[in-house]
Amino acid sequence: MTEKTVEHPEVPTLFDVQEMELNFGPQHPSTHGVLRLVLKVDGEKILEAKPDVGYLHRGTEKLFETETYPMGLPHTDRMDYVAAATNNHAFCLTVEKLLGLEIPRRAQLIRVILDELQRLSSHLVWLGTSGIDLGAVTPFWYTFREREQILDFFEEYCGARLTLNCMRIGGLPFDLTPGWIERLSELVDDMPARIDDYEQLLTENRIWKKRTVGIGVISGEECIERGLTGPVLRGSGVEWDLRRAQPYECYEELDFVIPIRSNGDTYDRYIVRVQEMRQSVRILRQCIDRLEPGEIRGKVPRVIKPPAEEVYASVESPKGELGFYCVSNGTNRPYRMHCRPPSFINLQALPRLAKGHLISDLVALIGTVDIVLGEVDR
Amino acid sequence: MNILSPTVLTYVKVVILVLGVPAIVGFVIVLVERRFMGFMQVRLGPNRVGPKGTLQGVADLVKLVVKEDVTPARAEGAVYFLAPVLAVVPALTALALIPFGPSLRLSRDAETPLYVADINIGLLFLLAITSIGVYGIILGGWASNNKYSLLGGLRSAAQLISYEVPMGLALVSVLLMTRSLSLVEIVQRQERIQLWFVFPGLLAFFLYFVSGVAETNRNPFDLPEAESELVSGFNTEYSGVKFAFFFLGEYTGMIIISCIAVTVFFGGWLAPFPHVPALAFLKIIPPLGWFVIKTGVFIFFYIWFRSTFPRYRFDQLMALGWKWMIPAGLANIVLVALAILATPGRTNGMVTLSWILGVLFVALFLLARLRQALTRRDRLAAEPAGVREAR
Repeated sequence: MTEKTVEHPEVPTLFDVQEMELNFGPQHPSTHGVLRLVLKVDGEKILEAKPDVGYLHRGTEKLFETETYPMGLPHTDRMDYVAAATNNHAFCLTVEKLLGLEIPRRAQLIRVILDELQRLSSHLVWLGTSGIDLGAVTPFWYTFREREQILDFFEEYCGARLTLNCMRIGGLPFDLTPGWIERLSELVDDMPARIDDYEQLLTENRIWKKRTVGIGVISGEECIERGLTGPVLRGSGVEWDLRRAQPYECYEELDFVIPIRSNGDTYDRYIVRVQEMRQSVRILRQCIDRLEPGEIRGKVPRVIKPPAEEVYASVESPKGELGFYCVSNGTNRPYRMHCRPPSFINLQALPRLAKGHLISDLVALIGTVDIVLGEVDR
Repeated sequence: MNILSPTVLTYVKVVILVLGVPAIVGFVIVLVERRFMGFMQVRLGPNRVGPKGTLQGVADLVKLVVKEDVTPARAEGAVYFLAPVLAVVPALTALALIPFGPSLRLSRDAETPLYVADINIGLLFLLAITSIGVYGIILGGWASNNKYSLLGGLRSAAQLISYEVPMGLALVSVLLMTRSLSLVEIVQRQERIQLWFVFPGLLAFFLYFVSGVAETNRNPFDLPEAESELVSGFNTEYSGVKFAFFFLGEYTGMIIISCIAVTVFFGGWLAPFPHVPALAFLKIIPPLGWFVIKTGVFIFFYIWFRSTFPRYRFDQLMALGWKWMIPAGLANIVLVALAILATPGRTNGMVTLSWILGVLFVALFLLARLRQALTRRDRLAAEPAGVREAR
């Protein structure tokens, strides 16, 4: 302040002040973690929003280099910590591609089940928290009721609820416990009615629509230019889902639809995610029906020493395209393991989306981009 | 000096109000609110302190009083101190005017009305004194020297001032029917004409209650606090007893808005339909009981709103206030005035108006339902094929 008064002899009075700099986060109820946004605001209007990331940086990519391939896997749990299974999956896919491994069918199906359960639980977290951001507190408790049930399934399968570490290079660590699939089948039967419940609370709600329709509009072309993926891209009318575009595991044979909407606003992204949850339920049902006894691990060498090659493999995580680019130099550790984190790349659109909106819309936008800071900062 | 003399009794009543209302707020409303919200949100709510959580209020109170009372280093000390006081004192003062019941017989020759004062400008005084509470919020937001508090204070300044206008307009249309500003007289008139003012004043009631929710900063109009946007809005920096004062002010505000709604629109302490013989048994409940029940219903609405609605955005809130509610309030005044002018006599105009408004209300409600069903059908039809199958 004092420097400023030296530069400008007239001290600005209260009414001259046009802009205010506002620190939004890293400790703020609705930044979904430790995101810090430096806002320039005129009243409540956002002139500029600058994300300042890195508060949760753990050096994950460097850690991959210092440890053997199997040891790298648990680190992926901590990236997108509300969707650990898809992270595990992407990592395993990359190494398997490097090794040229075949995965047994049962393992593929269980992987898809875990993935889709994870997608459901991640979208449930998103739905609940973005409801709270807009002041709708109640849906949160309903979504978390179901999420807890899903986490119970994970816990029974692998002992953990969040940091699952539930896949292994070449397959799975464990087979399903007895009765697991029957109980899952019950949940899958219940789920559509529960999703109807959430929609009942929000979809036609006048205030919810007022707060989301036309907020943060982004066109399909711009999404592609900025490399946005996942529900953000599909909400803008681009039909791009890696499960369909570059099928991995057994997605090819499964019957599901990629929900898309054309307006590219917050409301459409909401609809896309809710419909994706319905599709996940469909996929789960098909996988449960196809599941047969069999091997859960392929022929994995005792020591994983891939040939010196470079590969990239990716999965459709709940947030978008999650991929790993691995450079191997023929040793038992990766020379370089780069991650393509969907949250980080989607977050880049936030300043563009937020510009010109109000502070109240900013929280809606942070919610609609659906970021997890563990993945943004890695 | 007679211990039951009016002067002494007035003091007693004041003490009961000043001590009793915070107690009710702390021990009953907050607990009921949290338990109800727990019920609506598939969870339990507080149930650990005392039997069924009934002593939660004590625990909260102890926590708030024992907590360190922090004043930010660069806050405006005096104003920072004054703001919570300004938020709570007018609210408690306003309670003095609320007629909780007609009168209570204390002994053979001593009788006291269940209100502290019945002044001839009662309603006007209530509006005036509750407006002072706004200063508490604005000044508190400003004095905290915190940008979020400041934004909260700014929001409340605009919001509360805007919503006082439709609230005043709604009450004006009732005044045309009551012909008195005295709250006691308003209740007595409802008894005389055998009609609660909510029926001819249906529109006014809606305007009043929506503005009332906005006036008390409650969902869906809780923008000055807006937890997910402004952290905690104007009271971000407040802790301990000062925070408790803001809290008390907000809840007392809720009580007052509900009490005015009951008094002006729902016959105050009167039992429902006192002139229908079949419903005479309702008089078993004493007048004070009826007042409390009716007020409780409105408090319940507040809680219900809170767990149902998302929050409005600031500009949408202002648009709603200025573009819809104020014109509607003005139109309502004209409507009521015409009805009263057109049909001379004691109540005829009002009864006709009640019927018209009632029918209109039902028709509008059905129309809205129909529209909702149609949009839902359109939305479902617009979904691509596979999405529909997934239902």
